[in-house]
Amino acid sequence: MARKMYRDAVRDTIFEEMKRDPNVVVLGEDVVGGMGTAGGPEAIGGIWSTSGGFYEAFGPDRVIDTPISESAIVGAAGGLALSGKRPIAELMFADFIGVSLDQIWNQIAKFRYMFGGKTKCPAIIRCIYGAGYNAAAQHSQSPHAILTGMPGLKVVMPSTPADVAGLMRQAIREDDPVIFMEHKALYGMKGEVHDDPDYTIPFGHARLTRAGQDVTILATGMMVGMAEGAADKLAADGIGADVIDLRTTSPLDEEAILDSVEVTGRLVIVDEAPPRCSLATDLAAIVANKAFASLKAPIEMVTAPHTPIPFARELESAYLPNPDKIEAAVRKALAYN
Amino acid sequence: MQLSREDLLEAYRRMKIIRDFEDFLHDEIAKGEIAGFTHLYAGQEAVAVGVCEHLTDDDKIVSTHRGHGHCLAKGCDVEGMMKEIWGSREGLCKGKGGSMHIADIDKGMLGANGIVGAGAPIAVGAAIAAKIDGKDENGNLKVSIAFSGDGACNQGTTFEAMNMAVVTKAPAIFVFENNHYSEHTGFEYAVGTDKDIASRAEAFGMKVWRADGTDFSAVHDTMREVLEYVRAGNGPAAVEFDTERFYGHFEGDPQRYRAKGELDRIRAERDCIKKFRETVTEAKLLEGEELDKIDAEVASRIEKAVESARKAERPTAEDVLVDVYIDY
Repeated sequence: MARKMYRDAVRDTIFEEMKRDPNVVVLGEDVVGGMGTAGGPEAIGGIWSTSGGFYEAFGPDRVIDTPISESAIVGAAGGLALSGKRPIAELMFADFIGVSLDQIWNQIAKFRYMFGGKTKCPAIIRCIYGAGYNAAAQHSQSPHAILTGMPGLKVVMPSTPADVAGLMRQAIREDDPVIFMEHKALYGMKGEVHDDPDYTIPFGHARLTRAGQDVTILATGMMVGMAEGAADKLAADGIGADVIDLRTTSPLDEEAILDSVEVTGRLVIVDEAPPRCSLATDLAAIVANKAFASLKAPIEMVTAPHTPIPFARELESAYLPNPDKIEAAVRKALAYN
Repeated sequence: MQLSREDLLEAYRRMKIIRDFEDFLHDEIAKGEIAGFTHLYAGQEAVAVGVCEHLTDDDKIVSTHRGHGHCLAKGCDVEGMMKEIWGSREGLCKGKGGSMHIADIDKGMLGANGIVGAGAPIAVGAAIAAKIDGKDENGNLKVSIAFSGDGACNQGTTFEAMNMAVVTKAPAIFVFENNHYSEHTGFEYAVGTDKDIASRAEAFGMKVWRADGTDFSAVHDTMREVLEYVRAGNGPAAVEFDTERFYGHFEGDPQRYRAKGELDRIRAERDCIKKFRETVTEAKLLEGEELDKIDAEVASRIEKAVESARKAERPTAEDVLVDVYIDY
């Protein structure tokens, strides 16, 4: 095990896989950085410092610094994938899927199905998402719900450096298109990461991060740490919570969710996105449909409000879920008879 | 024309296959037997064939909603395509794609596309892959071709793709087929550049060519030059072919936007197959009789394809769930 940051787990895993497999290529805006400037290539090394040293190691053919052209970036990833490569495209901000949505939604997600199963599309679209930087309405969103709802895509939302490594390696070795969602506020998070160069985490397997008998809390990405914070506080009062990190929202580990709810009978879902037509409502519907008899209380949802993301510190804090809100939701679920 | 007798016969055969394929479909669709939306390529055959005759299976093309001609020219199976359009599970895409999504990756055909302008970025990705793979023993790169119409030339995706191809020096070729109509709107209204698409590509920094898309020999000769240039590693290029669409935007389109007598005129003066026939027989390169023989062969082949499509196995409700993912 090595201790490293979430962002370095992204960078190191891609780097190792590029060394292992010459078909892995990286493309995106400023993934090299400094092209055409006095500073020269590698003056940046990726705006999130997740591709430092790539250009020097693998050259311009495999580390493709693109113009600001999100549609062409994702489209080119699709064309590369149909031509035998394993492209990893970076969308600097997940919010930019709005610009490139046709290529995600109508193209790469559907190639295999539309073409009668006779092709594969091993493309990864890295989406850097989430609030916490006071980056306001167009650079802070969590658009995982609309992507999770698209048949043909797999959607990954790691919450720790160890999971980044295992899930990214799995994503690169997958033959289906993957949306890999990296939470920008977690980039500095440190944790132990497996040294094994073949360590992968299969998709569709949730992780139980806290165990308890009284309530189930579901979370992804940055919400996992908040759920754990709430669970730890509740534990001091003798309240036990299962905290389940979904890891991937498509495929979804329904079994882990339903098994836990059967025991606890109470469910709190934490989601960083607004509440309507969301991951939270989707999970609530699944549990209501498949574990209705186990429920002892209405399902509680701790989500962002139905608003764009505001800029000011006070406003963004008020917008986001936090451990106190989660704790309150748990207590409400427990109080119901 | 610099082609051998065999090549000329093959070019004629392929153009005729496309024409008959589309003419048959036009009749069958009117009978109500075929589901969905169909956009026919008849009239533009010299472009698809004049371009694709230069390509191997390792060269890639990305097509449009009007894709049957590109698919047939690139070597997709006639019967497999017909079955696909009929929605059979024996079709090229098992009945999952239909007319607008025919693809055959092994033939280098990366898909027709229902979204106007969506193909060019995909073609650039395939061109980047060809650049990574490098030159063959003869010093030639594989290429990737984006077919786009005068409608797609107005989409931002096409602009992005052209710029990215230039920036990455990818062996991409943008083939613009100007058939004068984007759906039901005239080219002169919708394309701001005065009567020209190629100048847009030129403005992105590409070398461009222009030719009469109803003249097979002009298309073929132009593409020889374009391909020599791109295969040698000079970066992307673009070509604009002026051509004609014999049918409507979609089957069922009443075409009220056409001028009086326009269809008769273009069929009389701008039919690429008729012009090809006249040119090669007048130059005594081929005999009328051998072309008649091809006409008969092709007609019977298409008729058989229609027959087999009509009888082909239908998909079942279980097939809906298959091939979304490789593993889920």
